[in-house]
Amino acid sequence: MITEKSDQDVSVVHEIVGRCRDIEGNLIKILHQVQSHYGYVSEAAIKEVADLLDLPTAKIVEVLTFYNFFKLHPPAKHNVAVCMGTACYLKGGETVRENFNNALNIKDGETTSDGLFQVEAVRCVGCCGLAPTVSVDDKVYGAATKKDVEKIIAKYSNE
Amino acid sequence: MKRLTKEDLLNAKKDELAEESKEWINVGYSTCGIAAGAQEVLDVLRDEIKKRNINIPIKTSGCVGKCYAEPLVEVCVDGMPRVFYGKVNKNVAIQIIDEHIGQKKLINDHIYESDTIAKKVVFVQDTDTGKKKRLRDFCSAFTDSLKKFDLEGKVEIVRVADSGVYNRGIVVRIFPDDFLYSGVSNDDIDRIIEDSIVGSKKIDSLICGLKSKQLRIVLRNCGIIDPEQIKDYIAHDGYRALAMVLEWDDPEKVIEEIRRGGLRGRGGAGFPTAVKWGFARNEKADQKYIICNADEGDPGAYMDRSFLEGDPHSVIEGMIIGGYVVGASKGYFYVRAEYPLAIERIHKAIKQARALGLLGENILGTSLNFDIEIRLGAGAFVCGEETALIASVEGERGYPRPRPPYPSVKGLWGKPTVINNVETLANVAILIYKGGDWFSKIGTETSKGTKVFSLTGKVKNSGLLEVPMGTTIEEIVSDIGGGLIDNKNIKAIQTGGPSGGVIPTELHNTPVGYESLQKLGSIMGSGGMIAMSEDDCMVDIAKFFLQFCVDESCGECAPCRLGGPQMLKILEKISEGKASLEDLDKLRQTSMVMQNASLCGLGQTAPNPVLSTLKYFEEEYKMHVIEKKCLAGKCKELVSYAISIKECARCGLCMRECPVDAITGSKKEGFVLDDEKCIRCGRCFEACKFGSVVRY
Ligand SMILES: Cc1cc2nc3c(=O)[nH]c(=O)nc-3n(C[C@H](O)[C@H](O)[C@H](O)COP(=O)(O)O)c2cc1C
Ligand code: FES
Repeated sequence: MITEKSDQDVSVVHEIVGRCRDIEGNLIKILHQVQSHYGYVSEAAIKEVADLLDLPTAKIVEVLTFYNFFKLHPPAKHNVAVCMGTACYLKGGETVRENFNNALNIKDGETTSDGLFQVEAVRCVGCCGLAPTVSVDDKVYGAATKKDVEKIIAKYSNE
Repeated sequence: MKRLTKEDLLNAKKDELAEESKEWINVGYSTCGIAAGAQEVLDVLRDEIKKRNINIPIKTSGCVGKCYAEPLVEVCVDGMPRVFYGKVNKNVAIQIIDEHIGQKKLINDHIYESDTIAKKVVFVQDTDTGKKKRLRDFCSAFTDSLKKFDLEGKVEIVRVADSGVYNRGIVVRIFPDDFLYSGVSNDDIDRIIEDSIVGSKKIDSLICGLKSKQLRIVLRNCGIIDPEQIKDYIAHDGYRALAMVLEWDDPEKVIEEIRRGGLRGRGGAGFPTAVKWGFARNEKADQKYIICNADEGDPGAYMDRSFLEGDPHSVIEGMIIGGYVVGASKGYFYVRAEYPLAIERIHKAIKQARALGLLGENILGTSLNFDIEIRLGAGAFVCGEETALIASVEGERGYPRPRPPYPSVKGLWGKPTVINNVETLANVAILIYKGGDWFSKIGTETSKGTKVFSLTGKVKNSGLLEVPMGTTIEEIVSDIGGGLIDNKNIKAIQTGGPSGGVIPTELHNTPVGYESLQKLGSIMGSGGMIAMSEDDCMVDIAKFFLQFCVDESCGECAPCRLGGPQMLKILEKISEGKASLEDLDKLRQTSMVMQNASLCGLGQTAPNPVLSTLKYFEEEYKMHVIEKKCLAGKCKELVSYAISIKECARCGLCMRECPVDAITGSKKEGFVLDDEKCIRCGRCFEACKFGSVVRY
């Protein structure tokens, strides 16, 4: 389940744990910061956190896997998050997802072969007024048509 | 910055607290505004102002709720009314600088709200959709008539984008008297000019009796103040309730005030806030906590995000007051990680509050110590449930815990803990400031105050709105929401998200309130309200919500872990036309088990969407089961498509849209659809502009 090289530079993990050491219930807080720095939580980072906090790795994996937000694999350069919240679903979110997957020729959760894009379904980014929405790396777009989808992909392909 | 004392706040006049500029431009800068292009608009405005050496400050604020009109820019300059321009792009931004500010001229087609105007101005809008020509004709007739009365050039006619009324024909608003007329025809023009423009007489037969149903109490500052400037909040009476509370020096009096106001929890269950606070207050403990539940799990609702992005201090003020009352020195914000902008704004707000002595030690010069820390959620719906939330703040998996003991007795790290929803806390300061008696006059017998809803789905004006409790669903959807897109008929409203239910059209005269909605088999929930049209299939909707709960079930208790998937399987069978009538009974039975035996609210309420659709739309279920038909066309296995050769305009669009090449033919011979190959995605049906693709 957990892949990844273990030669990742984990010095930042030290800093993060150091900063949070005295905070009660700090585990999730630490994992958030690790992911925000590295883009995901690697096996090496898990081991490091476990060592530093003196917890079994199983405990950390248990928490990581409970929460959808945590990623155990390195992300693609751009993360396309298609909203499947109620408002977006009603307005054709499913089609938007298909449009992305078709245009990029991948399935949900896969990464394009150039490592540029991955598509995931998320729930409500709080912009239901613009439904159906899609966010690319935290920037939200209304993406009702196939054309919108093409435009968004083009925009990020050239970055 | 100088630390404030409670006297500073109690005695200060508004203008001493903040230097408000009289002229400004305000850009709505919330997640939805930014998504719609607010950044570009902001950049253009700043550029143009600089280029032209205009000395007007540009501010940013949260969301006013008109999400359908983002990006929004509010302009307030001398000699002009305060105006909200919506759907602003680069060009409109330049027009705002050139025309509105430069030439003092209002801009056509983008006004969404305006103060009254002291000059002779006429606003016109066709509130029926798709009648562009009618309005053009009306405007030119109006101009002609003005000539007749020798008023050409003396009266400004402005086409507005939103007059606040919907589906009432041509609407005319006349200044300076501010008469609003609806259903106006060309024949009325002369009379209007003579009576209401030349004279100042109201024409009773044309008056649009509609008053705004909205009452903005908790949203009062959203979109108005700059959420990143604590002084802005203070200038709008912010932190005065806190100062009052500290001046009273009597926590019981605060509880009494809230009890008199009748405030109930806005997080879904509607538990009386005064009672909750009283419980925690009466517990003896060395440490207590207050947590703000900003996990906003209902997918399709975003009230809490808007509060936090638009007016974070009102929530913080409520938390400090709560902490003071129950004797907690520490508060936590538990916020969804999916709301980065809200998180950033809370961060800034906390920092600014600390700098002014509103958080930390010796708050406002008293002996009160209280501070707040932010904790992020991590994408688990169940963590919105209070006991699971506590587990999550403790850094654990978010498994719910059996209640009792309730958190107010034994909560975070075993200490008495109050958990309140964002909107509940946002109500506290204003309730204290204006008094419990004032608050309790708003709303119904058992549901007091207002409720903020995020109205989305197939409605025209998707956005945030705030109405007094007791407003009917019909009023919300038609008078504020403007009815449905493409004037489709409304089929149902869904409230309460995955824990709620659908309410069919015939019950839309129901006033919203905790008990009234529960009686219908739905719940008020946190404020998600989703409009569905004839194009939406109730089996599909039930499946959608149940799938959500199945995905989000933490798996701790068996009824929820096993019951959910079982029901989902049956719903799938129904939507594939493979179910029998007994399956409907099975759905009901399993629902009952889940409702009665699940450990937490997630499992207990997960069957609600299924039960309520079954209750009101049983015929639709039967149609799927017996006749194997889905009239809305959502259940793919139950629909077929064909191209009617007679009506086919031979444009070929359907063929281009088809993802599996099931449509063949040529412009000369027309097109045919191969039913064997068809995957029933419906794209040809939606693409065809001539209605030649039929669904059956
Ligand atoms: C599955 C589930 C999800 C919930 N999600 C939320 C939520 O996102 N936000 C919220 O304020 N309350 C949520 N609640 C309700 C909370 O448990 C709790 O009742 C509420 O935060 C109390 O605040 P109030 O008294 O101010 O309403 C949820 C409850 C359940 C059972
Ligand atoms: S449902 Fe998609 S943004 Fe809310």
